[in-house]
Amino acid sequence: MMNLEDHREILNQSGLEMFQLVRKQFIKSKEAFLTHDNDLAEEVLHTENRVNGMDLKIDRDCERFIALHNPVAGDLRFVLALRKINFDLERIGDHAYGISSYIVEVDTPVDQDVLDKLEFEEMYKAALSMLDDIRDAYKTGNAKKARKVFKKDKTLNKINLNSFGVISEEVQKDPKLIDQYLLLFSVIKKIERVGDLITNIAEEIIFYLEAEVLKHRKKKGPSKPGM
Amino acid sequence: MSKENSESIIESSIKRKYKLQAKDVKVWYGDFMAIKGVSMDIKANKVTAFIGPSGCGKSTFLRLFNRMNDYVDDFKMGGDINIDDKDIYDKNINVELLRKQVGMVFQKPNPFPKSIFENVAYGLKIQGLKDKEFLQERVETSLKQVALWEEVKNDLNKSALALSGGQQQRLCIARTLAVEPSIILMDEPTSALDPISTAKIEQLIYKLKDKYTIVIVTHNMQQASRISDNTAFFYMGELIEYDKTNKIFTNPEKKQTENYITGRFG
Repeated sequence: MMNLEDHREILNQSGLEMFQLVRKQFIKSKEAFLTHDNDLAEEVLHTENRVNGMDLKIDRDCERFIALHNPVAGDLRFVLALRKINFDLERIGDHAYGISSYIVEVDTPVDQDVLDKLEFEEMYKAALSMLDDIRDAYKTGNAKKARKVFKKDKTLNKINLNSFGVISEEVQKDPKLIDQYLLLFSVIKKIERVGDLITNIAEEIIFYLEAEVLKHRKKKGPSKPGM
Repeated sequence: MSKENSESIIESSIKRKYKLQAKDVKVWYGDFMAIKGVSMDIKANKVTAFIGPSGCGKSTFLRLFNRMNDYVDDFKMGGDINIDDKDIYDKNINVELLRKQVGMVFQKPNPFPKSIFENVAYGLKIQGLKDKEFLQERVETSLKQVALWEEVKNDLNKSALALSGGQQQRLCIARTLAVEPSIILMDEPTSALDPISTAKIEQLIYKLKDKYTIVIVTHNMQQASRISDNTAFFYMGELIEYDKTNKIFTNPEKKQTENYITGRFG
């Protein structure tokens, strides 16, 4: 029988491990895509098993923590948040896997000029910076850091929005490359989705730290649970 | 209706939602100050849980509401305790009548060494009620209220001491209900019971709150969170936090409360 404090610390460390694992997957998928590195993409596909294994482990440990310790207040918010954070991290891992699958399936790399027009690298950078922010926020218990990602997510949304016009223009110029552009469009959608998942994680971190629910919130003001 | 009249009706109806009110209550046992100025309003038809480590004053505070501390040597108190806006420590208060209105259930089931029937009818009989039909009806109703009737209806003349611990505790609650109180105080009513008997008592408490105002002292945090509407956390004779139970157990205001309910001290 483990005491609550030790059990919680183990869960916390597992959460951090999941953050690191998914972050590496995301960085590798970016590098593999930009350099069209098949081996690196294969590595991401291979490591997906570890992400899934970690996901199951955290889920199981959270369930045990609830069953054994009947957590309340901060402990309860922590374990509820961690389950959702874990779920969202696993989804980010899925997107890294998806992007890497494209690289393995498609022979030719995407033209650098098109990537520049789409601000593709900027989009990846912003997503990675958001991922780092929430990892640090989780690690240090810093809600202010978690809040940073909401603004950064707007950059991803903007690039995603513009991508349709840019890609449409490029396809008209050279319809033979339509497969490549559709692939690019899918990858951009995935990165945009990663941004959404990161903002979900930020909301969970804020809920756990400050008991403030941001989910589905209109811009009127915070709502608090309980009363 | 004049404006003053309507205002006073509104005011009294607001007041009435509080069944019990404590104002700056202090309690001493000799030189020891057990309660250090506690004020609290307890709503009618709600379950209010008192939690806190041993010796924090929660049971002392509970026992003020039916003047059980009057029996304790060197007991002294200051402040006011009102039930339905009446000061129960007023010198004109009939303490027997008060205890009829404010029933109490203790930690250990304490049936009298009498039959099941006699146990439930006891309070009524000492009030001078002798009508057999009336007593039988009230015993049956009370036993039904605590979901014990089906288990004992053919054994009403058997000794109450032959019942299991959980049944004895439900019998004691039935004995309390028989005299029709409006408030029931419970001092750790399930701490001597197994989980199944505990669950039955908890279901009973949930059901009873429609008719009664219930105040319960418990050391079991999960019990407080399962059955109460409001929770008060006491520490060293002070009321640290008093709020809705779901607030206390999800996001308490005070660090001390959080530390206690998460098992980090006490």
